[in-house]
Amino acid sequence: MKLAETLKGPFLLLCLFAVLILLFPFLFSNYYVGLAIQIFIMAIFAMSLDLLVGHTGLPSMGHAAYYGVAGYATGFLCLAGIKNFWLVILLGMGLGGLTAAFFGFLALRARGPYFMLITLALSQVLWGIAFKWRSVTRGDDGLPGIGRPILGLGIDLKPDLHFYYFTVAVFLIVLVSLFILLNSPFGYTLRGIRESESRMKALGYPVWVYKYVGFIFAGIFAGISGVLWVYYSGFVNPSYFGVDLSVKALLMLILGGSGSLFGPSIGAGIVVLLENLVSGFTERWSLVLGIVYVTVIMLFSEGIFSVFKRGRN
Amino acid sequence: MKALSVQTLSKNFGGLRAIRGISLEIEEGERRAIIGPNGAGKTTLFHLISGFLFPSSGHLSLFGREVTNLQAYQRSALGMARTFQVTNLFQKLTLFDNILLAVQAMKQTRFCFYRRAMSFRDIMNETEHLLKEWNLWAKRDALLKNLSYGEQRQIEVIMALATKPRLLLLDEPTAGLSPAETVLVTSIVKNLPREITTLLIEHDMDVAFDIAEKITVLHFGSILAEGSPDQIKGNPKVAEIYLG
Repeated sequence: MKLAETLKGPFLLLCLFAVLILLFPFLFSNYYVGLAIQIFIMAIFAMSLDLLVGHTGLPSMGHAAYYGVAGYATGFLCLAGIKNFWLVILLGMGLGGLTAAFFGFLALRARGPYFMLITLALSQVLWGIAFKWRSVTRGDDGLPGIGRPILGLGIDLKPDLHFYYFTVAVFLIVLVSLFILLNSPFGYTLRGIRESESRMKALGYPVWVYKYVGFIFAGIFAGISGVLWVYYSGFVNPSYFGVDLSVKALLMLILGGSGSLFGPSIGAGIVVLLENLVSGFTERWSLVLGIVYVTVIMLFSEGIFSVFKRGRN
Repeated sequence: MKALSVQTLSKNFGGLRAIRGISLEIEEGERRAIIGPNGAGKTTLFHLISGFLFPSSGHLSLFGREVTNLQAYQRSALGMARTFQVTNLFQKLTLFDNILLAVQAMKQTRFCFYRRAMSFRDIMNETEHLLKEWNLWAKRDALLKNLSYGEQRQIEVIMALATKPRLLLLDEPTAGLSPAETVLVTSIVKNLPREITTLLIEHDMDVAFDIAEKITVLHFGSILAEGSPDQIKGNPKVAEIYLG
């Protein structure tokens, strides 16, 4: 699959979407602007996971680890009085990447279900530390009262309206970075590994190195989403490391379509909207979510994004 | 120089002695076939040579270099390429991308992550040249899974050739092919440039006798006989294990 083509397909739709995104805060209330911010941050998180799941064929169950590490780093730095966004995001990405470098070293020895279990277990270790080490992390109370950072450039991030555009900008930077990465020889190689690891080895590719570097890239991008979410919500607690977050990201990929550029973002949009909107109508919202998940998988086994691809063929 | 030298190679899977102290030497430019009944250890030997399995004891060298402890991808860098008995291609990628990945494998630029793969002219040109040479250019945008089995077996060989190997290992290249397709793949292998040393495993005796100048017969993990096709045809022990 050529990514350049997946871009051309829904071009008109993309333009409409771009206009909608730009005008969004003027068309909808603050509540929906908040939801949109959540969607963009979760989209970054889902895209970072898709680098592993959809593009390299590594089903990670513990992707929240890198998100949480960056989140807690943001919290601690803010409480230590460091408000400079650029410093925090660099540290968040660095720590996300470092954690991935360590976890990847351990997890990439295993394959398939064992890989899933090891990534799950490793992320749960971090959850345990955040939950139990009360003197440092304050346990499940978390770290509250984290203010928005100072960006410089004369932009104040405190109003949600400003933070919305800022999140959109970061989302676009991540999207373009991933587009470049996935179209590079490195990205092609990752897809080759997804399709057949043994063939790649026979061709002469050091498969482990690619998987390891891909793993670290995924951790770095996940770190970005963790930092943003802390600044959006204003607090960190152990749920940042939660299994439910890792699984939710996998659901986003399944719903939106993994292995595509826009699929994860579409999935993030659906999951965040459903969670927030359906819970406003009924207490049994998780039942509704379940029905939607099953329906989508029955109708579009390759995710909702595959509809665009099918339309072109 | 020897293209491949195997010294008293053994491989045990638990109590099963799959390969029992095999020694084998293949000259540069030679075309050798390894034949033998099911379970003789042909594919195990192949995995040992290509680095997909590691021997329990013994040594391997490739063009005079000790490779016993090298990984598969490191052996490929020394000029070895292999195909697989069960077709092993990138099923959900296009034919073009399949060949591109094979061409790119031996280039320094394969680690580049900030430039478009399509912008590397040398790789694009080589891929295009290969596809045209093998009359597959018209199908370049087809997903590999939509090509016929016969075409896929051909692409197995083409992908191995795309890395410009000096030693080519073919694991039953005609497995599962119709008689007509078998003739096609056989002629592809026979028409390979002479400087490519070829080692093939073959179940089909006619194909092996047609392609190879020298045949090694494997039986229960040991070498039963070695010689020219005529010597092997006349060997009573070989006739016995094949005909019972």
